[in-house]
Amino acid sequence: MEQRLAGSMVAPQLTPAARRRQLREKAIAGLITVMAFTGIAALVLIIVFIAKEALGLFLDPHAREEASLSKMFLAQPTRPGRPPAFVWQPVSSVPKVSMIPLFIGTLKTTLVAMVVAVPAGVAAALFAAEFAPRRLRELLKPVIELLAGIPSVVLGFFALMVLASFLQDTFGFTYRLNGVVAGLGLALAIVPVIFTVSEDALTAVPRSYREASLALGATPWETAWKVVLPAAAPGILAACVLGFGRAIGETMIVLMASGNAAVVSANLGDSVRSLSATIAAEMGEVVVGSPHYSLLFFIGVELFVFTFVLNMVASSWTKRVLRKLTGGAA
Amino acid sequence: MPLQPPSPRIKMESRELTLRYGTKVAINKVSLAIPERQVMALIGPSGCGKSTFLRALNRMNDLIPSSNHTGTILLDGMSIHERSVDVVDLRRRVGMVFQKSNPFPKSIFENVAYGLRVGGMKNRGELAGRVERSLRNAALWDEVKDRLEDSALGLSGGQQQRLCIARAMAVEPEVLLMDEPASALDPIATAKIEELIHELKSTYTIVIVTHNMQQAARVSDQTAFFYMGELVECGRTEQIFTNPRERRTEDYVTGKFG
Amino acid sequence: MKHATRRAVGATFSSLTGLAAILIIVMLAVILLDVLQGGVGHVTWQFLTEPPSDGMMGGGIFPALYGTAALTLLMTLAVMPVGVFTAVYLHEYAPPDSRMARWVRVAVVNLAGVPSIVFGLFGLGFFIHFIGGGLDRALGYQELHWAQPGLLWASLTLAVLTLPVVIVSTEEALRAVPLDHRTASLALGATQSQTLMRVVLPGALPGILTGAVLAVSRGAGEVAPILFTGAAYFLPDLPSSLNSQFMHLGYHTYVLATQSPDVEATRPLLYATVLVLLLLTFALNLVAVIIRTRTRRKAANAY
Repeated sequence: MEQRLAGSMVAPQLTPAARRRQLREKAIAGLITVMAFTGIAALVLIIVFIAKEALGLFLDPHAREEASLSKMFLAQPTRPGRPPAFVWQPVSSVPKVSMIPLFIGTLKTTLVAMVVAVPAGVAAALFAAEFAPRRLRELLKPVIELLAGIPSVVLGFFALMVLASFLQDTFGFTYRLNGVVAGLGLALAIVPVIFTVSEDALTAVPRSYREASLALGATPWETAWKVVLPAAAPGILAACVLGFGRAIGETMIVLMASGNAAVVSANLGDSVRSLSATIAAEMGEVVVGSPHYSLLFFIGVELFVFTFVLNMVASSWTKRVLRKLTGGAA
Repeated sequence: MPLQPPSPRIKMESRELTLRYGTKVAINKVSLAIPERQVMALIGPSGCGKSTFLRALNRMNDLIPSSNHTGTILLDGMSIHERSVDVVDLRRRVGMVFQKSNPFPKSIFENVAYGLRVGGMKNRGELAGRVERSLRNAALWDEVKDRLEDSALGLSGGQQQRLCIARAMAVEPEVLLMDEPASALDPIATAKIEELIHELKSTYTIVIVTHNMQQAARVSDQTAFFYMGELVECGRTEQIFTNPRERRTEDYVTGKFG
Repeated sequence: MKHATRRAVGATFSSLTGLAAILIIVMLAVILLDVLQGGVGHVTWQFLTEPPSDGMMGGGIFPALYGTAALTLLMTLAVMPVGVFTAVYLHEYAPPDSRMARWVRVAVVNLAGVPSIVFGLFGLGFFIHFIGGGLDRALGYQELHWAQPGLLWASLTLAVLTLPVVIVSTEEALRAVPLDHRTASLALGATQSQTLMRVVLPGALPGILTGAVLAVSRGAGEVAPILFTGAAYFLPDLPSSLNSQFMHLGYHTYVLATQSPDVEATRPLLYATVLVLLLLTFALNLVAVIIRTRTRRKAANAY
């Protein structure tokens, strides 16, 4: 039998065309892989470079003295005869750099936002997933998407112009812009994410759970409350964590509607100042390289680390939900 | 010296081919010779490995990361797994038509021209000529010649499958692999495809996987019966269907199982 | 409890959930109506095409529109190639169980959760001081040329912020391209990159466009990242080069709302600016939704 010589198969090495082609493919694959690396690079660069600017706090002796960790977190003496206090006033003859008023301000607004947005968002999600007639459900989803699409500066504008006056007229706050106003503005910003993730968790609960419950004589509400909600609980918790993270880091709404007074008080109706709003408000006038400058970057590091940890927690929770619901699905 | 009719040349051949997905064996020590310019049918019940074997012939199994093999596959006597073999060239020589027709969401012309374009052909005149030739060979030219720029998705199921055959033939392969090409088609379209296969075998070596034994009997010259990953029997189609050597083959072709 | 009582209790609670839903709808309506009512009279053609005058109490917002457009255009040019090809890597090239792919996904999820002000700090610390400073030194500038806030750095900052949006949309679009098409292409002798360019990316184009539109919508609305990377309030000229500062719809809203010397006088301008910003964001989101629905319908009809 005669061996027919056939094209590129006879020579023991690749034809030049084939070799060129394979090299080109490898180059393209390499380029694409490098592009993908930028995602990781961006995240790493962010923390590296904001930490770098904050490093001045720990390296510069002058900064270290002015803004030591103890000065940031422990009560400092104020005027003689008065108890030590937490004060944030970095622009002053004696800079006061306590982070505590900022933490408290952030927590206050976030608390108000969560207290309003979690029940509203979860209840609305429950309504959409369990009780709503199809028409209303079809209406609710685009509404939430619309709300999610509103830029936070517009929500801050709304809180500042409309909510503040309304609330002051209704509740008689001393300060027009305070923690409650900012918190409600924040609630508008985080309701969409809480609603969407909760609704996903609720609709992921297998129909068989509901059918079994109803077949046993439970009412739709009892089914939703005792069967569906608990089954979706991890996902709903993850939704709340996501909302929480968003509220902590949100800047414009708080910047515009909170009054921006760094005050330590338990009264929600006092003006507050949050961590992110502080950065936004003060970075414009700060001297590059000064301790104040490094301090603001340090706040940025705190925010980054906090939301990073929160995100890892939320995403591992969501994975657990999916595994539980799809692994055990009928 | 009296002239003897040449014995059929072997176009492709597998020798002791074992193919695994991870640790699961899909085909076990299959040695099969595929003669040139004939139609070989691969038959057998579901999951017997005939499709896996087919896909090994143009190294489509490479796309599955867990697949690994021992043994060799030869095309014109050369192993297709050698490092000097460019898999892209291989696939131009060994074409494939799939069970479910999968035309690209492009025009009819661009579908058929696809293989030529990726091969580097740019000249519009040349492309048009090759496209026409392929469509004629696939018995589709008359039906689409006035709407070559229309989307291929507007064709009927049978037409789409013939389009995919034309697309595969445009690059002028030497071997054509067909994985149950008519299983999703109605009887009239099926008949057209079978007629096409009959015409094509004068130019191409065809290997066709089918679960339809009557089709195998109608269309093929050689038949290979696979069962549970093994090649049970192989031979001339008439012999396999009327006088099989193996008991399992006889049971299958007489419909006792499968 | 008797069944009737249980039903009544149940109905009450489920109505409460309905109330929550209605509350949300009502709040959205209030916001939209307030902005509409306050601004609709003032959004005229002159408003959209003229620069501000009378110390920001009159005139129009053309420079802010221009600045927003320039910003989002540059941002899109920067984010689309990186975002699309990252998604291509994740979906088409990464080997399954690839460690790098997992890290990329984790990084993307985390990037999406970083507070927007932190992006502003990143823009300042990395783009303006590090890269900009380096450029100035390398190019021999004595005074600050690149190491200052400007259009380029603000766009790049926003590009990093919107990267997750593009990656997620593109991956979704790639998933929607049937595997069959890739297989058919490879069986015809195409390489992986040819399959990508000729079959996969054209098929994923609508989804990729959706991602671009969503990114632009985010970019037009975010203010915190551009507060100190390039946005300015009162600029006599339109930005002329990559290191110019620029006016911006969202930033303009912020300043007018919080730092206006005469609240009542600037009120109409403020409301009109907010209305324009909202209309722009909604229009962009609507375009994204339309592309998405049309693609779904086409995919459903094709098979």
